[in-house]
Amino acid sequence: MFGRKTKNQNLNFVQIEILPSRKTKVVALAGNPNTGKSTIFNRLTGLKQHTGNWPGKTVSRAEGEFILNDEKFLLIDLPGTYSLLSTSEDEEIARDFILFGNPDATVIVCDASALERNLNLAFQIMQITNRCLLCINLIDEAKRKGIEIDKDVLEKELGIPVIFTNARSGEGIDELKEKIYAIANRIIKPNPRKIHLRKEIQEKVDKLKPLIEKAFPGIYSSEWIALRLLEGDKKIRAAVENGNLLEMINKGLENGNGELK
Amino acid sequence: MNKPEIKEILEIVDSCNPKVREKIDDEFVEEIYITASRIVSRSVKKKVNGFEQFELRLDQLLTSKYFGFPLMMLLLAGVFFLTIKGANYPSKLLASMFFWLEGQLKILFNYFNSPWWLTGFLIDGVYRATAWVVSVMFPPMAIFFPIFTILEDAGYLPRVAFNLDKLFKWAGAHGKQALTMGMGFGCNAAGVVSTRIIDSPRERLIAILTNNFVPCNGRWPLIIMLASVFIAASFPASISSIVASGVVVAVTIFGIIITLLVSKILSKTLLKGEPSAFKLELPPYRKPQILRILYTSFIDRTLFVLGRAVTMAAPSGGLIWLLGNIYVNGKTLMSFGVDFLNPIGKAIGLDGAILLAYIIAIPANEIIIPTIIMIYSNQTKMIELEINQLKDLFLQNEWTVLTAVCLMLFSLLHYPCSTTTWTIYKETRSIKWTILSNLIPLAVAFIICFFVYRIGILFL
Repeated sequence: MFGRKTKNQNLNFVQIEILPSRKTKVVALAGNPNTGKSTIFNRLTGLKQHTGNWPGKTVSRAEGEFILNDEKFLLIDLPGTYSLLSTSEDEEIARDFILFGNPDATVIVCDASALERNLNLAFQIMQITNRCLLCINLIDEAKRKGIEIDKDVLEKELGIPVIFTNARSGEGIDELKEKIYAIANRIIKPNPRKIHLRKEIQEKVDKLKPLIEKAFPGIYSSEWIALRLLEGDKKIRAAVENGNLLEMINKGLENGNGELK
Repeated sequence: MNKPEIKEILEIVDSCNPKVREKIDDEFVEEIYITASRIVSRSVKKKVNGFEQFELRLDQLLTSKYFGFPLMMLLLAGVFFLTIKGANYPSKLLASMFFWLEGQLKILFNYFNSPWWLTGFLIDGVYRATAWVVSVMFPPMAIFFPIFTILEDAGYLPRVAFNLDKLFKWAGAHGKQALTMGMGFGCNAAGVVSTRIIDSPRERLIAILTNNFVPCNGRWPLIIMLASVFIAASFPASISSIVASGVVVAVTIFGIIITLLVSKILSKTLLKGEPSAFKLELPPYRKPQILRILYTSFIDRTLFVLGRAVTMAAPSGGLIWLLGNIYVNGKTLMSFGVDFLNPIGKAIGLDGAILLAYIIAIPANEIIIPTIIMIYSNQTKMIELEINQLKDLFLQNEWTVLTAVCLMLFSLLHYPCSTTTWTIYKETRSIKWTILSNLIPLAVAFIICFFVYRIGILFL
């Protein structure tokens, strides 16, 4: 239907009015490029979508709404990336949104034929947020190639819900919506598998986590912040040094919901 | 913000061993890869069909420890062999055709009583340079590009990157640099743009600064021609093409070695750091679409490069003619330039005419040889457009095998053309790195040619 690129790239992002007390839940859509993420986005939102740019960036942004069980959800399409670690504009946007936007659920879209490679991004997202689920798309293509994925084993290994979809035909979209609903409303509480670093680092991270949570109440991905600090991320360090971190969160919350306020 | 916790946070962070901190991201990603591969092996089953079985075998062979490199060299040599062998005849044909046309044009100009300077400028300058570029460059490109594109299309190039990955890791650079080098074989400007696939800015800069060391198609003809005319000519005709392709492969490998060494030096000095982890996925082999390849490699590459060369060659040809025909104090401007550059050129096994050609040809490497020829012929008043007579012209100007070797090396190393330099500036947005991207190759070229020449004269 619609690609992510808009005809008018200069168009400023049309901000949907979100009041801090508003009940709209925010869902982020993440994934590698070429996984059919846009098709999933279109399937979920239908025609109710707005396109524009990320504030102050040249990267285009799409968001839309969908309603399930009389509840409205705001779906934000993040830029397609392979990782969240680099300083490229796309990856920074995706990372900052998951880190500071505090989405109620994050859908990680994967290509069923390239699951192993796609899991790289998935693990990085799982490191930041617990409220995520894995959407394995292009499942029909994988079947044709003779690839069989054991959903139960995968769910157990990853600790998050796994849904098979074929966005082009609409297969699995209803289940995807249900799982999003359940996670956003805390009916399901995923417990994603975290990557453990060597002892030396893990000890520092464990020491830093409570301090970060104390200094910046409301932060929910203190582990990731601790890792970035240790790694030497200048942006995060500056934000911690002059206390901007909270402002970043608040700014992120303007895009998301106000539950933590 | 003066919260006590913040101070404590920063203290803990700073107390951590910097060596450990440097590797966090790499270890994190590596751990992810290990975990992901374990999970996938438990949860994903794949039925392997016949073609995939064949692919797997082929991959094992092409990227194997022992056969990967020799096969790569063999393929490269094969491509050059076909190019050299195949381009010989059409080149000759084109050259004699253009030479005949030159005579006809002169008759036409004389018929209209055109003044000597107009005939000289247009025919001896503009026309001759253009004719040269077309007859020398067109046939090899028309053969080289389609073959190279077929290898690319069939999926061989990622296997090359895989083979070279370890070497680049040793050099402190990114394995994907091999892919950007592959692009550089076509055009260095395209190679510089393709470094965008490298995420880390440090490794990307290394790739940008060293891309010049792979010969682009503007430089292939010179290397191929010198290899066949000067080095292979002394071998019996039956094997001379094989020798020539061997020499071209050797020059290419030398360029790769220099790339690795310079990358290593950069990553230890100006651009310190560790190579980052990445996962290189080998795409499936594909049956090349021959017709599409012929079309795109002809239109996109051959004609594009040729068009650029011609638009560069025509004005340069005119410029050279002017330099050779404007007299100041009884000496041409060209002689001034040649005499001035001669001592520098001689020190590195070249001469003033060659260096002058390199200065005139900064916009495009394609016209080095025509420029050299025109400078020489301007001094000696002799030129035939036949490739075989070229050697005589060069010999008259005191060339030896060593000159040819030094010129091939200088051509391989020197500095990027102005298009590439401009691209480097656009990609880095830094004047400092743009200047360095020219100075580093220039310094390397002078040092290597100097030593090759010094050592060479001991043996010759």
